[in-house]
Amino acid sequence: MLIKKLLSVIALAVACVTAQAAGGDYALEKAPNRLTNQAALQNGAKMFVNYCLNCHAATSMRYNKLRDIGLTDTQIKDNLLFSGEKVGDLMKVAMTSVDAKTWFGAPPPDLSVIARAKATINGPSGADYIYTYLRTYYRDTTKPTGWNNLAFPNAGMPHVLWERQGPREYTSVVVHEVEKDGKKSWERVTKVYGPQGYWTATTEPLVDYTGKATSGHGFKALDKARATAYDSDIADLTAFLTWMSEPAQLLRKQIGVWVLLFLGIFFVVAWRLNASYWKHVK
Amino acid sequence: MAGDKTVETTGLMGWIDQRFPLTSTIKGHLSEYYAPKNFNFWYFFGSLAMFVLVLQIVTGIFLVMHYKPDAQYAFQSVEYIMREVPGGWFIRYMHSTGASMFFVVVYLHMVRALIYGSYRKPRELIWIFGVGIFLCLMAEAFFGYLLPWGQMSYWGAQVIVNLFSAIPFIGPELAIWIRGDYVVSDATLNRFFAFHVIAIPLVLLGLVAAHIVALHEVGSNNPDGIDIKAKKDKYGRPLDGIPFHPYYTVHDIMGLAGFAIIFMAIVFFAPEMGGYFLEYNNFIPADPLKTPLHIAPVWYFTPFYSMLRATTSDFTWVLAASAVIGAGLTFMRCKGLAKLAWPLALLVVAVLLRVIDAKFWGVVAMGGAVVLLFFVPWLDNSPVRSIRYRPNWHKWLYGIFFANFVVLGYLGTQAPTDAFNLMSQIGTMIYLAFFLLMPIWTVKGEYKPVPDRVVFHAH
Repeated sequence: MLIKKLLSVIALAVACVTAQAAGGDYALEKAPNRLTNQAALQNGAKMFVNYCLNCHAATSMRYNKLRDIGLTDTQIKDNLLFSGEKVGDLMKVAMTSVDAKTWFGAPPPDLSVIARAKATINGPSGADYIYTYLRTYYRDTTKPTGWNNLAFPNAGMPHVLWERQGPREYTSVVVHEVEKDGKKSWERVTKVYGPQGYWTATTEPLVDYTGKATSGHGFKALDKARATAYDSDIADLTAFLTWMSEPAQLLRKQIGVWVLLFLGIFFVVAWRLNASYWKHVK
Repeated sequence: MAGDKTVETTGLMGWIDQRFPLTSTIKGHLSEYYAPKNFNFWYFFGSLAMFVLVLQIVTGIFLVMHYKPDAQYAFQSVEYIMREVPGGWFIRYMHSTGASMFFVVVYLHMVRALIYGSYRKPRELIWIFGVGIFLCLMAEAFFGYLLPWGQMSYWGAQVIVNLFSAIPFIGPELAIWIRGDYVVSDATLNRFFAFHVIAIPLVLLGLVAAHIVALHEVGSNNPDGIDIKAKKDKYGRPLDGIPFHPYYTVHDIMGLAGFAIIFMAIVFFAPEMGGYFLEYNNFIPADPLKTPLHIAPVWYFTPFYSMLRATTSDFTWVLAASAVIGAGLTFMRCKGLAKLAWPLALLVVAVLLRVIDAKFWGVVAMGGAVVLLFFVPWLDNSPVRSIRYRPNWHKWLYGIFFANFVVLGYLGTQAPTDAFNLMSQIGTMIYLAFFLLMPIWTVKGEYKPVPDRVVFHAH
């Protein structure tokens, strides 16, 4: 009965299995690509200004750069400026770095180029990290903020968007080897974190286990509609943060096509011109 | 009027030519300068290197109009260029792509020199200026990399400047003098800015000019390694030569077009190049209190970085043993004063290898690997210049050397492990042995007969 319940929990949610014991690198999910979806970028801008811009700054980003994703100055002024900023101002915040360190342990990083900073060579992109990070919070009463995170264990940032995601249950299943009285044996530890952050752990010894150490994670949304809408919102926010890290990227790819087309023709002309000179050389 | 200089040109050109060697320079270096007609693909990279140099200078000038060399503003000023300066992102990407492509082009240019013996007499000075350019280029890239003031910029500079503190006696004071402070700071940023923007570019331009002047004095080598000036027609023109202008000017335009396609494809579609041209960690502003897990230099320094990391205390035993073997070899092969001087020097080096800290020898290995290049014209004793007429197994040795260089580069990008360390050490030995044993292996084997005239297939 217990086994069935556990299996159904894991089947319902996102699971990832890594070859390392619990606490190792969490396999990041691929972020949906919504960079060319203007409505998504605008929603992401709204999410960013309403939820992130209180603690995080984006000091390289000017409010009126949002014109590039289809917003007018009036729309920016009416919906995104709250504390007397002008539309041509940079996205600064009032919190000082010193205060931030005292309150959170580390100053919240500036998010201007966060999607480029979090990318990895031959690995997941920065967008993948952001998308995963904002969706793998779980309640944990042992943490000062009451929240912990799978992509960034022991993060000092609380789950600011908890109301949008709704309550969730988090299950972690870890298979590892333990040593008791000089004897090594395998056991499976299942921890279920409830929506209030209290967890229950069950340990079952595995006899004749021949596999490797594994860890599995599963979330179960208790309000599925909210969690699904949340996932889409985070995809929008991720797209916005990716766009904000390099606002020129959409334009540069468009121009690039024409540039390469021109250079292709130029190369053919140069090649035939070269041939016309060299055919006289014996 | 009596005493006026007579020139062939008239009008404005005539007026200029009486006062400035314009037409004679154009003739002497372009339209009547004869280059071998059998240049192949490897001969594009010299002109491409000159193009990239000009590109870096021009894009650099525009960047400096908006960049702020102050620790507090540097990072953000780069983002200002990327977002607010019209076309700023394009100029920035051309400069960052140009930096990496400069090394691609220069490495390939050096490959050409190595395989065709372009450094051999009478072109040793061209090669020496060239290695000087390579050293300046490495310094220019190193100083320039601090300017964006990201995490990698800061910590890379910190690591490399700290290497100088490994020099016995003067090291720690020297490192402070270079930095202008006890750690890399705003003072360091300002002086590196001065080096990157003016000091080294001036030296680079001077060396490039000297490189080309020295080249034009003796004329280019060619893939067959033949001296084209040996056979001239009745007008004194080399039989196997063609005027640089228009044949190679139009040829190099075609080469430039091909290069531009690759260059612009990167600028417009992959300016980060997977994190190798613009490193991801460098998008985090420099934080002196937070050391990154994995500090590595940019890809073009990684082969030499591998050699630095490979030189551990254990490895100095291998190097010392090699120095002793070297002492034996030089004693047997040298004559006169060298018969005493070389073995003595090498034995002293062997002892010092075990006395001075391995960290210092790592720096020596890394720098020595580049300085060693200066001596290649005197290490290569082969009777023929070009790889085309050398024994086949020589070609294999060259192939192994180039592949080894690439492997060392790869190892330099990876975090150190025991297996990687061993591979780096073997790689370092291959690199050093290839050059240092040249006096021995370049005279061995059966050489193919070198033709009288160049091998040219009509287009």
